[in-house]
Amino acid sequence: MATAEPIGVLTGAHFVDGDHACSEGAIAAGCRFVAGYPITPSTEVVERVAERFPFVGGVFVQMEDEIASSIAIQGAVWAGKKAMTVTSGPGFSLMMEHIGLAAMTEAPCVFVDVQRAGPSTGLPTMPAQGDMMQARWGSHGDYGIIALSPNSPQECFDLTIKAFNLSEQYRVPVLFMMDECVGHMIERVVIPAAEDIDIVERRTFTGPKEEYRPFQPDADLVPKMVKAGEGYHLHVTGLTHDEKGYPNMTVGTQARLVRRLVDKIRVNADAIVDYREEGVEDADVVVVTYGISSRTAIPAIEQARKEGLKIGHLRLVVVWPFPEKRIRELASRVKAFVVPELNFGQIALEVERCAGGEARVECVPHAGGTVHNPRDIYQSIRNCAKGS
Amino acid sequence: MATEEQLFALDEGVPANPVEELLRMDRIPHIWCPGCGIGTTVNCFVRALQTSGTDLTKVAVVSGIGCTGRVAGYINLDSFHTTHGRAIPFATGLKLANPELKVIVYSGDGDLTAIGGNHFIHAARRNMDLTVILVNNMIYGMTGGQVAPTTPLTATASTMPHGNYEQTFNLPFLAESCGAVYVARWTAYHVRHLTKSIKEAMAKKGFSFIEILAPCPTLYSRRNKLGDGLEQMVYFKDYSEIRHGADTKSVALDFQGKIVVGKFVDKERPTYQQAMYDHFAKKLGDRYVPSEEMRKVFHGPDGN
Ligand SMILES: Cc1ncc(C[n+]2csc(CCOP(=O)(O)OP(=O)(O)O)c2C)c(N)n1
Ligand code: SF4
Ligand SMILES: [Mg+2]
Repeated sequence: MATAEPIGVLTGAHFVDGDHACSEGAIAAGCRFVAGYPITPSTEVVERVAERFPFVGGVFVQMEDEIASSIAIQGAVWAGKKAMTVTSGPGFSLMMEHIGLAAMTEAPCVFVDVQRAGPSTGLPTMPAQGDMMQARWGSHGDYGIIALSPNSPQECFDLTIKAFNLSEQYRVPVLFMMDECVGHMIERVVIPAAEDIDIVERRTFTGPKEEYRPFQPDADLVPKMVKAGEGYHLHVTGLTHDEKGYPNMTVGTQARLVRRLVDKIRVNADAIVDYREEGVEDADVVVVTYGISSRTAIPAIEQARKEGLKIGHLRLVVVWPFPEKRIRELASRVKAFVVPELNFGQIALEVERCAGGEARVECVPHAGGTVHNPRDIYQSIRNCAKGS
Repeated sequence: MATEEQLFALDEGVPANPVEELLRMDRIPHIWCPGCGIGTTVNCFVRALQTSGTDLTKVAVVSGIGCTGRVAGYINLDSFHTTHGRAIPFATGLKLANPELKVIVYSGDGDLTAIGGNHFIHAARRNMDLTVILVNNMIYGMTGGQVAPTTPLTATASTMPHGNYEQTFNLPFLAESCGAVYVARWTAYHVRHLTKSIKEAMAKKGFSFIEILAPCPTLYSRRNKLGDGLEQMVYFKDYSEIRHGADTKSVALDFQGKIVVGKFVDKERPTYQQAMYDHFAKKLGDRYVPSEEMRKVFHGPDGN
């Protein structure tokens, strides 16, 4: 595996917020093109990029809107760059068509969404986790994506690198689902030496032009890429296309292509899924969390344990694809899952689906604007543990 | 009927159409209707490419969605068929990431000036180094003949069944006001002028814009009882007046009225990326690290 280019890596300990850590993660990952449009609470990410890029060979452009930003990055991808755009709720909504384009054309790129409370303009400066299903299903049609959810500035750095690596490995848009709290929280972030940062480089085709089939997949269902200007006379379209990349609007081609776009993630899910567990081995109740809710849940879990209740904690690092297998296994032996999230039940639905009626699933809903009161999470844990 | 074999036998010895090398012949027949003007513009474009002396491996064509949006799919170069209205921002990313590429945006009037209007004005304002070729058939072709920002007053469209009462865009004026450095208008009838104009536009550094009026016999002409594609070409021929350097304010189009064509604007202004490079080189000196591609293209007197 390749390692990071030293020029982009600010090795050492820093005291920064999650937004800035995300920018540094992107630069360390090799991102050299960013297009964005200002929106709270994500703006600091692009501000730092704008400051840093002239020193590392990057190009930043503030586009006229998020629709433009989310496709400018794809132009850059086909010119051979690693690219990212950054936004929050209203801008994320505007980007949906281009998440679909990236999925359809298999353009590896990263979309950062620093979630704020919605719907609509909502609470621009306050947290929520209301875009989790939008991340999964927001563009029309069916396709696979990957979404990650960091819970600290350190993870904003580490997981942004992971987001780029996954996008290159599977040639999918990767959605980096931060939230306002994590974005604005200031903590110590340790950036390792460049040679200790693993980087997945683009899988490229270098053979003769006649042999190149831009959408002919390798065994893992992912095709190799070339870039514009190399003489391959590549054609890329958002229409249903065959292995040559040519439009082919037939039921058969649609079935073959879309099945692969979905399977690329489904078949490789075991390798992509990532979660952290603690105390689940003998748990009666497992608290399933992600992002900032993983931190507000901790006092609640500790309180319940003090009272002798057996509580486990499963934190999603990769949210999509969802760890279906693991939830299914746990469902067969725990009493209940408690899912605190800053929405009215999005990931809770997914847990419920995987639990398949074998265990109770209780969402601890919250409209956003602030984080949960741990007491509410505790109450739910207690109710579930005691079967009330 | 001839068998396939016989057809191929007939082809032998017949000199290939010289534009074929730049077309994806494995995708022909194309989808355009008989008498449609889009194909004629493509012919001019390909001939312009062939005689431009440009390194064709470095040319990329970007289209949006529509009948004209299908152009990218027929050009045998790096070609991108993107989303409706967004060819310009895609092209912007492509160009900024690799300024060695010559990036051509080729799309329809609705695509570039309705849904994509915001991108059009900002790319012109920034003087993004793109050549924008807009086929103006005065209608939304692909979706069945709805009104476009370019539909002339009183013309009918499927969503203006009683005649159009919306003001029409004067596109050369729009492009010039926003900062385009090259602005021309031709029709599908003016194939020689158009070919030359495309070459000039491609040679130009910055946002160059060519509007091409083209017949859409299937939807625009038929609904407006204007005859077939040929009749619309006759109209273009009879009603066009070549006025290079015309004030773009004066070139608005009326329903079946006079058409002022020609090269209206040809001026110099630093491109977005040249300005970026020079600015950083001056401000940051040796600390400025441009991308490899930018260094290759822009290492001017101010650079390093
Ligand atoms: C977001 C979106 N909205 C609407 C459409 C439907 N649509 C496809 S092409 C088109 C209009 C094309 O008109 P124009 O750009 O003038 O191209 P023409 O077909 O006339 O060449 C529309 C509205 C779409 N594909 N995407
Ligand atoms: S509908 Fe009009 S613009 Fe579209 S291919 Fe037919 S003639 Fe051309
Ligand atoms: Mg049109």
